[in-house]
Amino acid sequence: MNLDHLQLQQLWWIILSLVGALFLFMTFVQGGQTLLFTTARSAPERTLMVNALGRKWELTFTLLVLFGGAFFAAFPRFYAVSFSGAYWVWMLILITFVLQAVSFEFRSKAGNLFGARVYEGFLFINGSLGILALGAAIGTLFTGGNFLIDEFNLIRWGNPWHGLEALLVPFNVALGLVAVFLARVLGALYLVNSLRAEELTARLRRAAWKNLLPLVILIPFLLISWQTMTGYGYGESGEILAAAGKHWDNLFNLGLFGIGFFLIGAALTAGGAGLARFTASTKGIWLSGAGAILIGLALFLILGLEQTAFYPSLLDPASSLTIRNASSSRYTLAAMTWVALAVPVILGYVAYVWRLMNATPLSADDMDKDRHHSY
Amino acid sequence: MMETFDPAAVNWARAQFALTAMYHWMFVPLTLGLSFLLAFFETFYYKTGDPEWKRITRFWMRLFAVNFAIGIATGLILEFQFGTNWSNYSWMVGDIFGAPLAIEVLFAFFIEATFFAVMFFGWDRVSPRFHLFSTWMVAIGSSLSAVWILVANAWMQRPVGMVFNPDLARFEMQDIAAVITSPVAVSHFLHATSTSFVLSALFVLSVSSWYLLKGRYLRLAVRSVLVASVFGLLFSFLVILSGDQAAHNAARFQPMKLAAMEALYRGEKNAGLVAIGLLNPEKKPGDDRPVFHQAVHFPYLLSLLANRRLDTFVPGIDDLLYGNPAEGIVGVSEKMVLGNEALEQLTRYRQARKEKDEEAAAFHLAAFKKVEDHLGFAYLDGPEEAVPHVPILFYGFHVMVGLGFLFPLIFLLYLILALKNRLPRYRWLLRLGLLLVPLGFLASQLGWVVTEMGRQPWAIHHILPVKVAQSNLAAATVQSTFYIFLVLLTLLFVAEVRIMLSQIRIGPEEK
Repeated sequence: MNLDHLQLQQLWWIILSLVGALFLFMTFVQGGQTLLFTTARSAPERTLMVNALGRKWELTFTLLVLFGGAFFAAFPRFYAVSFSGAYWVWMLILITFVLQAVSFEFRSKAGNLFGARVYEGFLFINGSLGILALGAAIGTLFTGGNFLIDEFNLIRWGNPWHGLEALLVPFNVALGLVAVFLARVLGALYLVNSLRAEELTARLRRAAWKNLLPLVILIPFLLISWQTMTGYGYGESGEILAAAGKHWDNLFNLGLFGIGFFLIGAALTAGGAGLARFTASTKGIWLSGAGAILIGLALFLILGLEQTAFYPSLLDPASSLTIRNASSSRYTLAAMTWVALAVPVILGYVAYVWRLMNATPLSADDMDKDRHHSY
Repeated sequence: MMETFDPAAVNWARAQFALTAMYHWMFVPLTLGLSFLLAFFETFYYKTGDPEWKRITRFWMRLFAVNFAIGIATGLILEFQFGTNWSNYSWMVGDIFGAPLAIEVLFAFFIEATFFAVMFFGWDRVSPRFHLFSTWMVAIGSSLSAVWILVANAWMQRPVGMVFNPDLARFEMQDIAAVITSPVAVSHFLHATSTSFVLSALFVLSVSSWYLLKGRYLRLAVRSVLVASVFGLLFSFLVILSGDQAAHNAARFQPMKLAAMEALYRGEKNAGLVAIGLLNPEKKPGDDRPVFHQAVHFPYLLSLLANRRLDTFVPGIDDLLYGNPAEGIVGVSEKMVLGNEALEQLTRYRQARKEKDEEAAAFHLAAFKKVEDHLGFAYLDGPEEAVPHVPILFYGFHVMVGLGFLFPLIFLLYLILALKNRLPRYRWLLRLGLLLVPLGFLASQLGWVVTEMGRQPWAIHHILPVKVAQSNLAAATVQSTFYIFLVLLTLLFVAEVRIMLSQIRIGPEEK
């Protein structure tokens, strides 16, 4: 691997951006979970939805774990600072995902202690509060955290809220809501694609379209915020410099990979929902899914590339994290790059199995036929 | 580097890690072992076409799935906990420790997540061949994840392949092959997987014993017993071999852990292994009180275990703490002096760098390099801090080993009786069989208690004490999350056990 340290740091930021973007797409599972109480109108409909989502939830979960693991391996300082500093936000997120992980399997089983409705409630909490908090936590990568790193590498957090204060910052909340509604659009579209249940899918088609509406307001808000927000860049020797509208500039400096991906992504997302609403096609998920991936890529790329601090410190700008000062050693990044060559193979077998398993849509008959091996 | 440590915060963080790890390990062993048993059952179905084997596979698969979900849930907390509660650890060794965790996700979790869906839901959606393949992939995927997590843990027991970067005050990886192929990683992996296979076989015996006692599903029960007892018996031998290797590795790399496991205070030649013993609770390192109220030893065996030779010296706690020049052992007290020297030189080096005094920096760096291996000892308050909790290690180790030798006898008994078709008549054995699950879990949990408590006071052996590894959080904060996890995981655990029991009561599908 003949890349120098900086090139490897950039490469790993791009890999993390891709993992984050794929995770954003896969949050259709969480989005679908939030539709259980509104779009489904009966217990059998909910069961059908839970089972269609339940065939994919582990992939979403695994991407979240990969996102954490890859951040740990590539940028351990971020792992140390953000997770311990914004402690309560991450704990909140983790707990909602713990609840999710058991809910699919436990929901319909005898002796499950709480009854099906409670587990459906857990799924709703994971899809709404969990994704909102996760989106807001990613929001702090733009707006900053209240941390300081002293000369002994001790991380101090500026308030006892340990990250919950992030939920009071409009931009963070807006990004969280974007994640929630995008997930709902994707969730509805995935279910349209994977269920055979006429009335339910008609409602899901309308739900996909309706959930676009908040995004139409929120996305311009994000753009305006980037234009006005103070970002932080860094100079050649690594010194941190404040720069107004830094992320906005990055959007345009990155061209196709910035504003291009962002706008094309938004258009594809809307297009997928429109396809479901106005035609009989079930393929909307692929358009909107690609859109979500492009939006996710643009979001992460403008955060960490273009000499930007990807986690600014509100207490002490000099403590801000960049891909240069937060990364692993050159050796580790190079070794991990060899490992990352396996990614296409993984994507390959995941896609192959996906096609096999989703070849025919799930229907109420399937549920009756195999009561023992369904959720 | 930190200046002050809050002992209450450290203890809550340790308690939280122990809680989440022990709950996680209530589910992982069954995932590791049952997945292979499922693969065997389904292979018999594929080869013979006998629908009874399919029924058996699908029955155990339902129990597997309940267990699998909660295993994933508890594992998530563990991964993120390194960041949330052990941030200093994450920064100081993330360059090495993060890699196996990321590799685990890439090379194991995706396999498990992808093929689990096929295995559980794909009976009518894919060909029988591909279904069988998927079941095997779930089994292989779970064992692969064990490889990487145990590589990571082994590195904490025996750190290799890294170098200290004085400018960033962290350790950096230098040789990933050394990390992966560490002998501790090998014995860890073999021991953790083989004991998990044994535990899963015990689980199958217990459930089958209940059916035999109730006179239900006799064919399923007897066939399950046959497969599980062969599987359990074979892997019991690997449990003993790998356990022996793990103890030998402790002697080579963590002699203090081995000394505490055996409550050996004064080192000796031709050291014996304690068969059974009652510790004297008054005993402290360095005093002349007797170690045991009562004890029976196997002569010479400890020397053999530790050094693979009968007549060799095995150091005790006192030798390791206060040194034993005759045996060439440098004591902790002496290492603390060297550690303080290392910390002093490192501080001066960093000060000189800050003042751009390159000459002084080079001088202090050279002085630091001479003693850097002992840097971790600078954080100890006294040599006695380097001794792990002897009673927990001693009793934990001996109960675990005793159970480890008992299980193969039980497998053998079940196997013989099942082959002779006389199992239903031995009701006393079947009743005893119901206890195998709790005994198996006890042995399995004790294994980790000995491994991890034996690593104390170090997060990374001789490099980073646990108290220095933690996050800068108030004790009350960590205490709160400890109780949240305690309540949450306990409720989920109770739900899981109830679901398992009701699934066992429901039994396999009707023909």
